Amino acid sequence: MSEHGMGASVRRKEDYRFLTGNGHYLDDMVRPRQTFACFVRSPHAHAKIRGIDTSSAASAPGVIGIFTGKDLEADGVGPLICGWGITDKNGEPHKAPAHPALATDEVRHVGDQLAVVIAETLEQARDGAELVSVDYEELPAVVLPKNAMDASSPLVHADVPNNLCYDWELGDKAATEAAFSNAAHVTSIDIVNNRLVPNAIEPRAAIGEYDAGSENLTLYTTSQNPHVARLVLSAFNGIAPEHKLRVIAPDVGGGFGSKIFIYAEETVCLWAARKVRRPVKWTASRSEAFQTDAHGRDHVTHAELAMDADGKFLGLRVNTIANMGAYLSTFATCVPSYLYATLLAGQYTTPAIYCDVQAVFTNTTPVDALRGAGRPEATYVIERLVETAAKETGVAPSELRRRNMVAADAYPYQTPVIMQYDCGNYGASLDEAMRIADHTGFAARKAEAQSRGKLRGIGFSAYIEACGIAPSAAVGSLGAGVGLWEAGQIRFNPTGNVTVFTGSHSHGQGHETTFAQIISERLGVPFENIDVVHGDTDKVMFGMGTYGSRSAAVGGSALVKAADKIIEKGRKIAAHILEASEDDIEFADGNFTVAGTDKAMNIGEVAFAAYVPHNYPEGLEPGLNETAVYDPLNFSFPAGTHICEVEIDPDTGAVEIVNYTAVDDFGTVINPMIVAGQVQGGVAHGVGQALHEGCNYDENGQLITGSFMDYSMPRADNTPSVDIGYTSVPSPSNPLGVKGCGEAGAIAAPAATINAVVDALWDLGVHDIAMPATAHKIWQSIRAAKAAA
Amino acid sequence: MSVSVSMTVNGEAVSGNVEGRTLLVQFIREHLGLTGTHVGCDTSQCGACVVHINGTSKKSCTTLAVQADGADIKTIEGLANGDELHPMQAAFREHHGLQCGFCTPGMVMSAVDLVKENPSPSEQEIRDWLEGNLCRCTGYHNIVKAIKAGAEAMRG
Repeated sequence: MSEHGMGASVRRKEDYRFLTGNGHYLDDMVRPRQTFACFVRSPHAHAKIRGIDTSSAASAPGVIGIFTGKDLEADGVGPLICGWGITDKNGEPHKAPAHPALATDEVRHVGDQLAVVIAETLEQARDGAELVSVDYEELPAVVLPKNAMDASSPLVHADVPNNLCYDWELGDKAATEAAFSNAAHVTSIDIVNNRLVPNAIEPRAAIGEYDAGSENLTLYTTSQNPHVARLVLSAFNGIAPEHKLRVIAPDVGGGFGSKIFIYAEETVCLWAARKVRRPVKWTASRSEAFQTDAHGRDHVTHAELAMDADGKFLGLRVNTIANMGAYLSTFATCVPSYLYATLLAGQYTTPAIYCDVQAVFTNTTPVDALRGAGRPEATYVIERLVETAAKETGVAPSELRRRNMVAADAYPYQTPVIMQYDCGNYGASLDEAMRIADHTGFAARKAEAQSRGKLRGIGFSAYIEACGIAPSAAVGSLGAGVGLWEAGQIRFNPTGNVTVFTGSHSHGQGHETTFAQIISERLGVPFENIDVVHGDTDKVMFGMGTYGSRSAAVGGSALVKAADKIIEKGRKIAAHILEASEDDIEFADGNFTVAGTDKAMNIGEVAFAAYVPHNYPEGLEPGLNETAVYDPLNFSFPAGTHICEVEIDPDTGAVEIVNYTAVDDFGTVINPMIVAGQVQGGVAHGVGQALHEGCNYDENGQLITGSFMDYSMPRADNTPSVDIGYTSVPSPSNPLGVKGCGEAGAIAAPAATINAVVDALWDLGVHDIAMPATAHKIWQSIRAAKAAA
Repeated sequence: MSVSVSMTVNGEAVSGNVEGRTLLVQFIREHLGLTGTHVGCDTSQCGACVVHINGTSKKSCTTLAVQADGADIKTIEGLANGDELHPMQAAFREHHGLQCGFCTPGMVMSAVDLVKENPSPSEQEIRDWLEGNLCRCTGYHNIVKAIKAGAEAMRG
């Protein structure tokens, strides 16, 4: 292994600029003559807009323009879209009520925007927005997903009966019913997957800019996928044709899914830049982020597992109500359907699975993909069921899992819910996790804790996820509005250094380092001579962006293909110059060598010859610059076992995570330091969901967790360190053998943590606890169980 | 109504006219163009805006520019010695204590002040000190490791 090649913990190229204050985040940008936008937002969860009076604001100091939804309509700006079509149980398309960028008739959640004030300074824009007077007629609101379909609930959209976006199913209902009728034991659970606020520490921001000379528009935006933003803003919102629109996503301060989507504010800033003929800048306050960044999760689920007398799983039956919020965000529909139910086999051979999902509208912020997106919800269902089943039947949780795992020699393994797993060895991860966690020593640790008056529990989560998103034809057949391939380009410069372009986007993942490692390894170019460019639609050919742990598996694979093309062209050039047959040229470590001789050229010399083609193969194009597109063969399937060990103080309900072990199979690991960082961060996100985070609205739809004072984020003093281990079965579905590592922690950790908490409390009679399992909630559960005993 | 303020920022004397309501972080970012200090919230919780005021870490989003009149301010841009990273910055790089980088300036400035107060902090002391700094990427593990190593390097 070379110092900077695959498998080396190379320190990151990105870090120097971030550590010295030289990053270029969006709010750091200042465009000449820029103006500032402030949005007028609804204080009500649901209200009719009877009138908007902008007269006082219009004459306020510094105000340049005030626009409402009518202005957008007049300019033909299309509504915000949802790009994944779901066909319901009856063959009908999902309900897609209009989602105007600025609300015109009704506001449907707290924070819904209905006007924008543009002014010379941010303070003047805010002062102006304060002066916009809106005449609201308050309407009743529906808040909880479980109430949304009640006949007595108000309608979020008058044209969507029962607030039902879709009622969708997957799996074989009859076979599943039959499995339950033959079961020796059935375990049932009712769970809520709590609503989360994404809270990337950099708030969303945008600058729209219009060049009157060229009629080109540029959107600087905090995006995980600038090309998709350009496509949607052009094709659906009609702001500008694609060739007249450039989208730039500079350094982006975390995304976690929330910066995938094409939001109202970015759309309005871009459109308004042409109206006021000056750049228009908007940066979300954290309060705005809480109200408008697409939230995550928010499922209410009833699930049942049927087992035979030997503890073999026979069938799984799941009903989920998924909250869409007030409108459909960009990819909202696919999250509780094709990113959720397709993973319900988990690591197990359950032969019959049936899942139905009712996606409903409520008067809350839209819900969409958040780190893991559907897969954390699936893992939580399965692993809470399995753990509960183990407790009920007296089989050890590890043993029950092992009995039902897909065998290591059973691949490719076709699940009953679409996915075909390409490879894996789940037992190996379980064994390794139990070894690292010293599972055999747990009984002694529990006894010791008991002697101190503490309750100790241990919990497993054997998860699987579908990453490397995704084969275009496969997702197209399931309703996706786009292909999910990725593009990469390797451009040698005449002096031998390399500029790499990728359609994926880095917002913390370290692609500038990881992708340079791939190229350095493949082409033998020194790591420091490689720069990675991303996030600019005028520089990169196209790209689908970064989410779903796809960047290495799909974007990295595109670069491998481009590298192969570079080598093939280089071989022709070297053969000509070295006067040998192409077939005799070998390429290794950056050198083209005539086999069996010491005649060689390095790739830098070949690049120079390609740009100064004085002695050059006839008919071959000059230059050394290759582009490739990679469309994956299959999803990749990272999987593993996480084990969480907690201690609970029964007097206060406080939980301490005393050990957390993560053993993951990510296939090939390119940079172990970066991968471990992703695991640590993902686990913190998952533990946050399990113990701390919960987004709550009151019965009127007021967001009562609307700031960092009210919404409990994982902090340094309540987040565990993780003991990390790996097993590896390289993915056969991409040339790097990688599977993706960005979401595993957030997928596995909630179930592992709650299973540990419940294990600690089981003997007291507490058999379930809702997330977030706060000290208060645990203390109440202990009190209630004691009272009932 | 604008008010004139003067202070020393990263060793340089600076001055400007601000509104009474202008925050120190706005003065640093918008008037001085030093954009390494970030704003991540509006309730003084996230700590992305931490700078040193007269040698002590403070949240510049919760300080008015006029309150810093006459003060000695250090921001993340003033921490390194030329091209040579401060030992705490170097430790963050070595231990992968940053991912997206947005919370990082505040984390580093806060950590440097911790070590001034407590040259040899334990893991728990580091975790407690960071209660006013939020990070969504790292899970804090590597930040804690980095601060421990940075403290050791600062002790020399």
